[in-house]
Amino acid sequence: MNINLTLFSQALTFAILIWFTVKFVWPPLLAAVESRQKTIADGLAYAERAKHDLDLAAKRSADILREAKEKAGEIVAGGEKRGSEIIEQAKAQARVEGDRIIAGAKAELDKEVFRAREQLRTHVSAIALAGAGKILGREIDAKAHNDLLDKLVAEI
Amino acid sequence: MSTEHELTPSGYIGHHLSFNVKQVAEGGFWSVNFDSLSVSFFLGFIIFAFFWWVARGATAGVPGKRQAFIELLFEFIDDQVKGTFHGERHKFVAPAALTVFVWVFAMNAMDFLPIDIMAWIFHHVFGQEVFRAVPTSDINTTFALALSVWLLMIAFSIKVKGLGGWIHELFCAPFGANPLVWPFNLLFNLVEYVSKPLSHSMRLFGNMYAGEVIFLLIGMWAATGWSGTLFGALLGGVWAIFHILIVTLQAYIFMMLTVVYISMAHESH
Repeated sequence: MNINLTLFSQALTFAILIWFTVKFVWPPLLAAVESRQKTIADGLAYAERAKHDLDLAAKRSADILREAKEKAGEIVAGGEKRGSEIIEQAKAQARVEGDRIIAGAKAELDKEVFRAREQLRTHVSAIALAGAGKILGREIDAKAHNDLLDKLVAEI
Repeated sequence: MSTEHELTPSGYIGHHLSFNVKQVAEGGFWSVNFDSLSVSFFLGFIIFAFFWWVARGATAGVPGKRQAFIELLFEFIDDQVKGTFHGERHKFVAPAALTVFVWVFAMNAMDFLPIDIMAWIFHHVFGQEVFRAVPTSDINTTFALALSVWLLMIAFSIKVKGLGGWIHELFCAPFGANPLVWPFNLLFNLVEYVSKPLSHSMRLFGNMYAGEVIFLLIGMWAATGWSGTLFGALLGGVWAIFHILIVTLQAYIFMMLTVVYISMAHESH
């Protein structure tokens, strides 16, 4: 094992190999690996962001849902209120109308009663006349006794 | 295995541990270990061409199995470097660590190839009488790597602190800036600078060399007959399985030390 020229040849080979690796082997590998690392990091970051977005969206949708529920509740309550109002109004109107109808009916009734009484009066006077005529046995001169009869009718 | 020589244990081991030396000029130094060089170059070429091919077609989308495997390795190295080196690591340190780890691992892994079958193939297919397939069990290889790292370490040190800063650190760290302790500081730093590449290279070399020798010793059991062959095969299997750990661990340690040395150079005292 003596040192000879092999030493320099091997050193030269070594130098060439190092140069070759530095120049041609390492950079493309580094570029590929780093670029993939970047891609993966970007992907992870994107996934993280997407998850965050998803959380936000879920929260927002929950908010919207709650708002909608509230609004729907309000609307239903408003509708109920309005319905009861309308019912109250209708009741009041009906009452007024009913009163009016009752009043009209009463007036009509009064009128009917009055008319019936008038008729009855004339009938009574006629019946009275006839009765009196029968009792007296002779014809009462309606004309002669009109004043009397009118007085009688007025009394009834 | 050479057939011309008589088969003795020391001959067998010696044969497997001799390098395929090609002389390029006069003198002991001017020769190359053709086996270490060719195997390491071949492995480096194949593996880094494969890496380049995968890296070029790398997609940032869903990766294929091939790309996922390379990325696994990439992330592993990147993680290790990130834990040790504080600075812009993608420019140099991390890719250098990847190179070191993968290349050293591949060269270590040559230890798994069955030595005698490989020797037969090298002899009869490639016509090489002697051939050592594990470049990291050659001190030249590990020392070349460690020395390169050492130079990088000094270069980074000067680049970060400036030449003056580096020299200042040689004299004023770790004991202080008092002129009385300058010699001790310098001595301390020199010892550190000498020991770093030595321990760095020797650790890997020692482990791989020892592993190879143990494979050889186990292989020699085959000389004792059928039972020895069977037992040797079993033992060789066990050692190979254990060696997976050593091969990986040594490559990892070598890489980590590389990163640690360079990041130490980056940090000023």
